[in-house]
Amino acid sequence: MRTTITVNGQARALDVDPRTTLLDALREHLHLTGSKKGCDHGQCGACTVLVNGTRINSCLSLAVMHDGDEVTTIEGVGTVEKLHPLQVAFLTEDAFQCGYCTPGQICSALGMLKEVADNWPSQETTDLIGKVAFTDDELRERMSGNICRCSAYPQIIAAIKSYAGEPA
Amino acid sequence: MRPFTYERATDAKAAVQAAAETPNAKFIAGGTNLLDLMKLEIEAPAHLIDVGRLPLAQIEDTADGGLRIGAMATNSRVAADARVRSRYPVLTQAIVAGGSGQLRNKATTGGNLLQRTRCAYFYDTTKPCNKRVPGSGCGALEGLNRNSAIFGASHACIATNPSDMAVALAALGASVETLSPSGEARTFTLDELHRLPGETPHIETHLIPGELITAVVLPPPPKGGQVYRKVRDRASYAAGLASVAVAGGNVALGAVAHKPWRASLAEAALGSGASPSEAIAAELAGASENGRNGFKINLVSRLVPAAIAEARTNGRGA
Repeated sequence: MRTTITVNGQARALDVDPRTTLLDALREHLHLTGSKKGCDHGQCGACTVLVNGTRINSCLSLAVMHDGDEVTTIEGVGTVEKLHPLQVAFLTEDAFQCGYCTPGQICSALGMLKEVADNWPSQETTDLIGKVAFTDDELRERMSGNICRCSAYPQIIAAIKSYAGEPA
Repeated sequence: MRPFTYERATDAKAAVQAAAETPNAKFIAGGTNLLDLMKLEIEAPAHLIDVGRLPLAQIEDTADGGLRIGAMATNSRVAADARVRSRYPVLTQAIVAGGSGQLRNKATTGGNLLQRTRCAYFYDTTKPCNKRVPGSGCGALEGLNRNSAIFGASHACIATNPSDMAVALAALGASVETLSPSGEARTFTLDELHRLPGETPHIETHLIPGELITAVVLPPPPKGGQVYRKVRDRASYAAGLASVAVAGGNVALGAVAHKPWRASLAEAALGSGASPSEAIAAELAGASENGRNGFKINLVSRLVPAAIAEARTNGRGA
């Protein structure tokens, strides 16, 4: 089945079996192997990408459902030559060990920070009417869909905070 | 995953027609639950009708002071909506208690209502499950049933409905608008949407094959405070062991039955002046256990009075 998805700014024409997940289309058809397959069931977050600016699990979506969508993977966030500031923060804060979950963590964090900027609530948000507080508890809760089996969680939070800045 | 064909619906009428005319067809919107189950071959539709881009994602005020939430509105959008946060905070709290940020960004209002149970025997295709394979038996009855139902279960099925959102909708007295394959628009109360398991646990709702949920309608918020509380094994991103939504004098329970459980006996007791503890005791008089899930009775007896007290405090603050 034919579908066209804009990936990291480039329109990519695909001809895929309808069963192909967005994750498999990215990895196996477009050879963008930055997005990782961990559980393949939406439980680990390693496959997180941004679709039209919103973070989703690419393993729980079919490629054909994304005809015309704009997908950003870790390859579109930064390059070896030109790292994204959040990637630099992950290096500086030592926010990974094996690195397998890191592309998902970074894409998820970028989506998450936009959700905070848009004042979307989380279960840590006590005041649903006011402005969302930018606390460690909020960040941990909002990143709970990304598992890190090396347990770099404290450093991941530190990296996100160092990138986003601690609002007054 | 078993092979299937795929089409994207451009209007709701055509979608329900296609669903009625195509054998073993299913709607897909967010797909977060359906694709998970298709990978496990628990669900094996021959045809998918993608309704995700139908123009049914608006959230709009109704004439009577309520809110109509389009079936394709994502869980994230509903939870973040300013009107939901100010007038129906229990709904925002319930939604953000479920899943992860990534899942809520994809999951839709209609799809959330139709998600399947997380019962381990439903997921394990090597075990009997009357919901997955009618007539095969229930592995949970005498098995690992720690998270099974304590209300309304049958000898055929003790699975629970995993939705958080639906528990808040039940307490808010929401109704569900649908489009049936004949083109007829129908309205259910949320309580009428889901069925108890009885002898046919594989039939989970009163929707007819091919019927599409188009919207959820909230009546004006009930007088009094609201709150959603959920108890689970870890602090985030886990299904509930028990949850409760309180909205004024309305009380609904989650993760304890095959459907969002409106605690009508507790509500009646509260209405006639019983204390919250007495009220939930009246409800729990009808509870039953299967061995490992007996702790839920104690859990609910403590959770509900605490939530009612919190809702009353919230109500005074408003």
